[in-house]
Amino acid sequence: MEAAAAADVLPSGSSQELHVLAVDDSYVDRKVIEKLLKISSCKVTAVESGARALQFLGLDGEKGSLGFDGLKVNLIMTDYSMPGMTGYELLKKIKRSSAFREIPVVIMSSENILTRIDSCLEEGAEEFLVKPVKLSDVRRLMKDCVMRGETEGNNAGRRVDKRKFEDDNHTSSLSSSSSLTPSPPSTTAPFGGDVATSELVSSSPPHSSKRAKLHDGD
Amino acid sequence: MDLVQLQRQLVEYRTSLYHEGFLDEQYTQLQELQDENNPDFVVEVVSLFFEDSERLLNELTKALEQQSIDFKRVDAHVHQLKGSSSSIGAQRVQKVCIAFRNYCEEQNVEGCLKCLQQVRHEYSLVKTKLESMFQLEQQILSAGGSIPM
Repeated sequence: MEAAAAADVLPSGSSQELHVLAVDDSYVDRKVIEKLLKISSCKVTAVESGARALQFLGLDGEKGSLGFDGLKVNLIMTDYSMPGMTGYELLKKIKRSSAFREIPVVIMSSENILTRIDSCLEEGAEEFLVKPVKLSDVRRLMKDCVMRGETEGNNAGRRVDKRKFEDDNHTSSLSSSSSLTPSPPSTTAPFGGDVATSELVSSSPPHSSKRAKLHDGD
Repeated sequence: MDLVQLQRQLVEYRTSLYHEGFLDEQYTQLQELQDENNPDFVVEVVSLFFEDSERLLNELTKALEQQSIDFKRVDAHVHQLKGSSSSIGAQRVQKVCIAFRNYCEEQNVEGCLKCLQQVRHEYSLVKTKLESMFQLEQQILSAGGSIPM
C-alpha cells in the first residue's frame, strides 16, 4: 500500500508538512486518526477536547495560531459529539475568530444526520466525514487542503476547485442573523445575496450527500 | 506446527472472523496502516479498545442498576462504545449498540438490560477471538515468518 503523502502533491522544492490538529474524546479514534495523518506525512497534534484545542491554538487568550512548539496549524479535524464543547461549538469559535477563521475545519461524526451536516457546512466546515474515517478520506483532504493553500496567495483566500458547492460565498456573506438558514443548494449559484429561506429549509440539499463522505466505496 | 501451517491457520481463522461478522473492513483498514515504523499498531489500538470497552461496560452496569435510570447517561456510554467498536471493525458489538441506543431512546429498561447482556457477550467473544488471532500472529513472527495479509 502506498501512502499518499502530502509531500507528493506539494510543488517540488517545498518541504513543508501539513500540521493537523485532531480533536476527539475517544482514545481509540485519536490513535487511529493520528496514524492516518502520520502515514499521510502530516505532523499531528491530537487533543481530547475542544477546550484543549482552543488552548493549543491560543484562542483562550494568548498569541496567534502558533501552537506550543511554534507550528502553524494548517487543518483542524474534530469529532462532532464530545462532552463539554461539541465539535460544532468548536467550529463556530474558530470561524468567528479573526486569527483562525481561515484554517479549514473538518467535522467527523459517526452519525449521518442531514441537519447536522448542514449546520456544520453552514458554519464554514470544509467537509463532514462520516466515521470511521478511512485513509482515502484523509488522502482526499490532503489534496484539497494543499490545493487551497496553493491558490490562497493569488486568490485572496477564496476557495477554488474541488468545492462541491458552486456558491462558495456562504462564509463571508452569511450574516449572524441568517446563521440558522441553510445555504442555498448548489443549483442556485451565483449567490445573489437574498437568502430565500423558508422553501429551502425543508428540502434535502443534494450537496450534503457529496460533502458527507458516506461509505459508498471509493 | 510448521510455519506454513501456522500461516494458513491464521488466514483461515481471520477469514472466518470476517464471515461470521466479528470483524468488518475497518479492521482491514487498521492492518493496512501498520508498517515497520509501528509494527504493533493494530495490537495497540485493539488494546485501547479493550480498556475503553471494559470501562464503559462497568459504567453501563452501574447506570442501569440505579433506582432511577438516567437514560441520557446510558445512551452516552453506548454511543462511545458504538464509536470505538466501529473504529476497530468490531461489527457485532457495534450492531448491538445500535439496538441498545434505540432502547435508551424509548427508555425501555428491559430492552436496555437485555442489550447490556448481549453487548457483554459479543464483546467477550470478539476479545477472545482477537487475542487468539494475535497469539497466532506472534507464533508466526517468533518462527521467523511474516504475517500474511
